[in-house]
Amino acid sequence: MTTLMAERHPSDPLFRADRLPHIWCPGCGIGPAMHAYAQALVESGIPLDRHVCVSGIGCSGRVPGYLNIDSYHTTHGRAIPFAMAVALVRPQLEVAVFSGDGDLFAIGGNHFIHAARRNVDLNVICINNFNYGMTGGQVGPTTPMGARATTAPYGNYEQPFSLPYLAAATGAVFVARWTSLHLRQLKQAILRAMKKRGLTFIEVLAPCPVGFGRPNEIGDAMEEMMLYRERCVVDHGAPLAALDIDLRQRDHPIVLGNFVDIERPVFDPLAMRRPAPEVEDHAPLARKEQEG
Amino acid sequence: MRREVRLAGYGGQGIILIGLLLGKAAALHDGKEAVFTQSYGPEARGGASNADVVIADAPVDYPLVTRPDCLVVMFQEAYERHRPGLVEGGLLVLDQDLVRPDPGEGAFHAIPATRLAEGLGKKIVANVVMLGFFTAVSGLVRREAVEAALRSTLAPRLLELNLRAFATGYDYAPHAREAA
Amino acid sequence: MKDGPAVLEGQHFLLGDHACAEGALAAGCRFFAGYPITPSTEIAERLAHRLPEVGGIFVQMEDELASMAAIVGASVAGARAMTATSGPGFSLMMENVGLAAMMEVPCVVVNVQRGAPSTGLPTLVAQADVMQARWGSHGDYEIVAYAPASPQECFDLTVRAFNTADQYRIPVFVLADEVVGHMTERVVIPPPDAIPKVERKRPRTAPGGDGFLPFQADDDLVPPMAHAGEGYRVHFTGLTHDERGYPATNAEAHDRLVRRLVEKVRRHAWRIEEYEESQLEDARVVVIAYGSTARSARRAVAVAREEGIRAGLLRPITLWPFPGERVRRLAERVGAVVVPELNMGQIAREVERFTHRPVLGVNHAGGAMLPPEPILDTIREAATR
Repeated sequence: MTTLMAERHPSDPLFRADRLPHIWCPGCGIGPAMHAYAQALVESGIPLDRHVCVSGIGCSGRVPGYLNIDSYHTTHGRAIPFAMAVALVRPQLEVAVFSGDGDLFAIGGNHFIHAARRNVDLNVICINNFNYGMTGGQVGPTTPMGARATTAPYGNYEQPFSLPYLAAATGAVFVARWTSLHLRQLKQAILRAMKKRGLTFIEVLAPCPVGFGRPNEIGDAMEEMMLYRERCVVDHGAPLAALDIDLRQRDHPIVLGNFVDIERPVFDPLAMRRPAPEVEDHAPLARKEQEG
Repeated sequence: MRREVRLAGYGGQGIILIGLLLGKAAALHDGKEAVFTQSYGPEARGGASNADVVIADAPVDYPLVTRPDCLVVMFQEAYERHRPGLVEGGLLVLDQDLVRPDPGEGAFHAIPATRLAEGLGKKIVANVVMLGFFTAVSGLVRREAVEAALRSTLAPRLLELNLRAFATGYDYAPHAREAA
Repeated sequence: MKDGPAVLEGQHFLLGDHACAEGALAAGCRFFAGYPITPSTEIAERLAHRLPEVGGIFVQMEDELASMAAIVGASVAGARAMTATSGPGFSLMMENVGLAAMMEVPCVVVNVQRGAPSTGLPTLVAQADVMQARWGSHGDYEIVAYAPASPQECFDLTVRAFNTADQYRIPVFVLADEVVGHMTERVVIPPPDAIPKVERKRPRTAPGGDGFLPFQADDDLVPPMAHAGEGYRVHFTGLTHDERGYPATNAEAHDRLVRRLVEKVRRHAWRIEEYEESQLEDARVVVIAYGSTARSARRAVAVAREEGIRAGLLRPITLWPFPGERVRRLAERVGAVVVPELNMGQIAREVERFTHRPVLGVNHAGGAMLPPEPILDTIREAATR
């Protein structure tokens, strides 16, 4: 069965073909982002058996279930502490958290900031579609000011998070923002994240035509993609404080790029018991060798 | 045989440690059963510190001290608070420089534990001086058992001083009996 | 600093909380994630010191939600994992207790009970989380809960908790209380080869083949467990799932899964249940007490016997599964059952399910240990029934 499918599409071995078709709506931006991640899995050079993908709840939380790797679909908001433990127990594994803005930054926000502070060796990929899609378009922590949602019928009056700014401020060693239109750049960013040790964060702006586009008169997914194409500017050196997204102001650009790439000691609960502290943190590597 | 011991003083005197040592001596080195507890509640605040030990020949069921058979006090307030709970004819042991018993107080055992500790060069071992004295006057646990507990509990660099403090208190006992 | 051994063989004068920690280490626990909370903090402190000595991982998390999620994650990666908490933290953990039940991930949670509800009495004893342990997360599932009555049992039952968790792939609770957690008593730790060890059931086929379905149970209703990174390419989800682990959100799949999750424990309840009996042979009054309260009850029974009342004690060691059939048989030949507990009657209600005899509760909401006297008074009253 799998062999047959593989003849149809070279990416098929990456997916659980027996689980397709997926649940996402037409025009949803999650699928392309998942594909970019899947391609990065192959190109990373790390065997698929050593990749692990963990998610919380929501449309984006379904991604791990479609991937043909060890995958864990956990509770709402808790993907990060779950994934942290997997990464600590099996440091030879490449662990990603693939989830959505509401899951990671509303109900799971506390876990994100502490994982970033600790610099846990995780790659966090966050689909930001500006709303709670799974439950039908409610307002969330990234919903732009003024945007409409089923629980903000008069328009959202809360200041949203600027996710890259938040990630950088709390300690992530690699911070990027791309969209489900910028798939090549997204895949490259994921590959960079996989090479880095510590907490990396990639925000993926993605259309949600049903939950977000329609009530906000963006139109269909194509139109939201057009909006991205027109308003996105790539500026890797953009000031972190200037990464907010304001959809109401047509002349306000949406800044994309790989904004942060720094080195910081990776979270290692046994660090203080290891011999001779070193400038570069080799200790967990030594552990990988022992275990692997 | 079930004996309830309450040791009471103020925070920093090492009351908890000697309670632990007494219980450990009984349970591990003297063939007895023992339970050690301490107060964690609001009453543990405000400087007061007390340690409770139940020592018995058979497994201890109810683990808490309700009416102590023995009361060791190293602080005036501790004396005033816990003296009413001591059983009739119970053993009262006090640091005579820190506790002034009621004029009507019957028989008790007094030792200048803190002053003797200062004589040893370290005021902080007053607790162990008291433990030595209590071991002698109570006869609840053998001297060797408590010394074994000291050895298995304390860091090696502290051991010699504490064994001396323990001996000082223990050997003071006959004098204390005369004074009472 | 000299490293201690994983199994601290020998005789010790140990705090109950510390005995839980040593039990975990002896059982092979190598991952602890927790959040400080009185009166369980000493468990975390001991493991923060001891786990690194044996190459284990200790993480102080940002909250109990994360703590519980982390131990489930550690366990799917193959570690024996534990957390420890008290009531308020236990409440937060319930979310991922449900996840562990649904994903069938073995893990151990120690709850050193204190006065509740809410913040209640942080430093003082209660036994009021008994029903929460049973029913705390949403939905139908089965867990096992042990109630230690001494530091020695804190050690022994923590070891057993890991074995039971692995055997049935369930979350297991050590439902201690503040008195037991905070008392110091002799604890005898056996040599490493005398520590009972039940291995987690593992896949019998090599990865890569078609033979292995991660949630296909054997005859004992427990599926073998593949760990992350072993090549089995598993999918675990908190959604209702089929034998492949794939979401299967329909009535039929749901009933099949939940029925198995429940049955895999119920069917083995006779093997899991543990209790201690004393002086029940000729008893006319049976006292049922657990945890620290059982120590008061033992005294009360002894005094009652001196008074000529034929009283005896049944001490459930597993509160869940509750040894109800044993209660049923015992109660047949007694006049009344006395159930002292530091809550408003949680186990008394369970006892009532198994007998028509009068069940006399001796209840206090907590804050202090239940003393023997009110239990004795109730035994005297029961003796007249």
